[in-house]
Amino acid sequence: MSVSPSFTHGAPTSFLRRYVFSTDHKVIGLQYIALAIVAVFVGMALSLLMRIHLVYPAAVLPWLGLIKPETYLALMTMHGTIMVFFVLTTAPQSGFGNYVLPLQIGAPDMAFPRLNMASFWTTFVAFVVLLAAFFVTGGAPGVGWTAYPPLSAILGAAPGNGLGMDLWILSIALFCAGSLMGAINFITTVLDMRARGMTMMRLPLTVWGWFTTAVIALLAFGVLLAAGILLLCDRRLGTSFFVPGGLVISGEPSTHSGGSPILWQHLFWFFGHPEVYIAILPIMGIASQIISTFSRKPIFGYKAMVSAMLAIGFLGFIVWGHHMFMSGMSPYSAFVFSLLTMVIGVPSAIKTFNWLGTMWGGKLRLEPPMLYAIGFISFFVSGGVTGPILAQPATDTHLHDTAFVVGHFHIIMGVATIFGMFAATHFWFPKMFGRQMNVTLARIHFWLTFIGAYCIFMPMHWLGMAGEPRRYSQLTELEYLKPLMGVQQFVTAAAVVTIAAQFIFLVNLLWSLWRGKKETNPNPWECTTLEWTTLNPPPHDNFGGVVPVVHHGPYEFSVPGAARDFVMQTEPASTSAASN
Amino acid sequence: MATHAIPAHDAHAEAYERPFLGTHSKKLGLWLFLLSDSLTFGTLLFTYTYSRISAGASWPTPFDAHSIVNATVMTAVLLSSSLTMVLGVRAAETGQLGRRRIWLAATMFFGVTFIVLHLREWQGLIAAGVTPSANPFGAAQFGGTFFTLTGMHMLHVTIGVLVLGIVAARRKYSANAVEVAGLYWHFVDLVWMFIFPLVYLLSAKVR
Repeated sequence: MSVSPSFTHGAPTSFLRRYVFSTDHKVIGLQYIALAIVAVFVGMALSLLMRIHLVYPAAVLPWLGLIKPETYLALMTMHGTIMVFFVLTTAPQSGFGNYVLPLQIGAPDMAFPRLNMASFWTTFVAFVVLLAAFFVTGGAPGVGWTAYPPLSAILGAAPGNGLGMDLWILSIALFCAGSLMGAINFITTVLDMRARGMTMMRLPLTVWGWFTTAVIALLAFGVLLAAGILLLCDRRLGTSFFVPGGLVISGEPSTHSGGSPILWQHLFWFFGHPEVYIAILPIMGIASQIISTFSRKPIFGYKAMVSAMLAIGFLGFIVWGHHMFMSGMSPYSAFVFSLLTMVIGVPSAIKTFNWLGTMWGGKLRLEPPMLYAIGFISFFVSGGVTGPILAQPATDTHLHDTAFVVGHFHIIMGVATIFGMFAATHFWFPKMFGRQMNVTLARIHFWLTFIGAYCIFMPMHWLGMAGEPRRYSQLTELEYLKPLMGVQQFVTAAAVVTIAAQFIFLVNLLWSLWRGKKETNPNPWECTTLEWTTLNPPPHDNFGGVVPVVHHGPYEFSVPGAARDFVMQTEPASTSAASN
Repeated sequence: MATHAIPAHDAHAEAYERPFLGTHSKKLGLWLFLLSDSLTFGTLLFTYTYSRISAGASWPTPFDAHSIVNATVMTAVLLSSSLTMVLGVRAAETGQLGRRRIWLAATMFFGVTFIVLHLREWQGLIAAGVTPSANPFGAAQFGGTFFTLTGMHMLHVTIGVLVLGIVAARRKYSANAVEVAGLYWHFVDLVWMFIFPLVYLLSAKVR
């Protein structure tokens, strides 16, 4: 490989600068991933409590006692907020993106290393502030992760509506600031720090995923930030942006007048819908990378994959109204939002067929990363096909605010994304730590989680069609749902097993960190991209004082006439007939 | 290669692809920040528009001739500050240390003048009973949108004055830092060009 000298800062030596307040994108990436792992276990514990309460509402739990309806709502709000922001947004983009993106484009670090550090610590403080809401008077808010006013805007409306709600808004505002800093960093790094030869159309699809996501985050989080400030004004300064007049709270007439709760819904979903793509676009990139590598075939339709990502990113901004069909929307607006939403099915289908087309006729290597990537496709399709059902106002009128919606978004946004994260963890673990994760444990974990997640979320679709409302704490009190109690119990049992199975992953992760099989081969998966040309783990400046030079596209597998069945991006052009 | 080499970064240009639009990374970063910030201001302007349309005829038009003249003077002050900022950036690029300081100081002076004029206006409105939650003229949202929009803008002007102070105080400086500070300043100026007609002129008291 031909090299050029690199110009970077030296590695810091003190513990604090090296591991805590580090400006190294690799350390920051791992910090984000660690934060997400802590958050995901907290979020999972909350969901377990909710599932137990739904089936055994009278159960007296150790430490917690009886779960009251307002406690249930607080659990639900915190579960949603933690999972959406601190797991699904944090790990795929800020975690894996931070670690891998500079490596894959041949950069020594992100464009703004100190800003990178600031964005992690802002996100960390946001998480601490959110958890603090549990411990203040009145406890955590019970308004849902969407924080719809007027409930969220009025102090005395519910137990968690005091300081807990303020902390929630503060946490989200901090998270927005951290994400915006990260987005600026990601975009600038991709545009300005690509090694020579790494043209935009030679970028690995992972980088395209992180780049598109950063653009979406840049445009979406500023809106949520401003909306959060306005909500805080409604709560503490007496303004009435989101609160209509004539409300009577606990027997007392509210002083607010003239505001519109619909305004919040517009602002929130203008952020909230793109947020779905912030979670899943990086995973689409990761899945493309892994499926091509483990099928030993070039990705099917590279340009189509890039265009589909950009199309999804763009369309994501003009479909927010489909969350508001039931909010008194004009049928003409609903029609437009419905049509635009269905259009997203086109690029999504392009991506799915291209993944399948990549696997078709390939020499599949069913290593753990590939297993999880195939699992991701499965959940992406299963969660995706229920999208058009909810995207039509006619069917959404029936299914809105039922367990059907819960099943849909958990499969597509939650489980599919989490499977992408599992794939990414197993794929890059040898690069990050110079050790391999245990394959047997990974296989057991994969099958338990794959079957378990379907057992949890598929029945929710049926429960929803039968009319089970979401966000209700006392389902046992509803006469028409009593015949379905068996299904509820099945879901809870599946949740217990699936959550228990996650400890297999945790044990595998921690055990492999110290005891996993040593991996000194820099390219154990025989992949083509730049991160596999450097050491395990990469040195502080990534490529040991040099900058790689790129001669090939990212997915040149099984090239006719090549010496091996893969051509590294850095190999000189003469070794391959298909070079460009 | 030589055609797109960036001064002082020749080695960088050899090892990496040409930067986007050939700009300095910090400048690109600031452009991206401005993009996200424009969405934040856009949200506040959207909220203003939405509230005003919802309120209909009860939306007040309290700005009399005196207020409009005051806001026009503020606009002129801010526009002048953009001119002095441009001159400051040019002085920095041509390496004129003294002139750069003078023009940056002039920009800060105009910025502070704008803030003082604005705060006096706030004082007058508050004395007339306008608060974020209510006002004697009509729809309560008038006060809310007015104070959040202009407050957010004033916060940006204040931060701009502080940043210019830091940039001007530095003995060692790069022309890039001045240029980036200038970009921010012009953006804050531009935001006012939306607030002035939307908030002030459209709420003028016409006899």
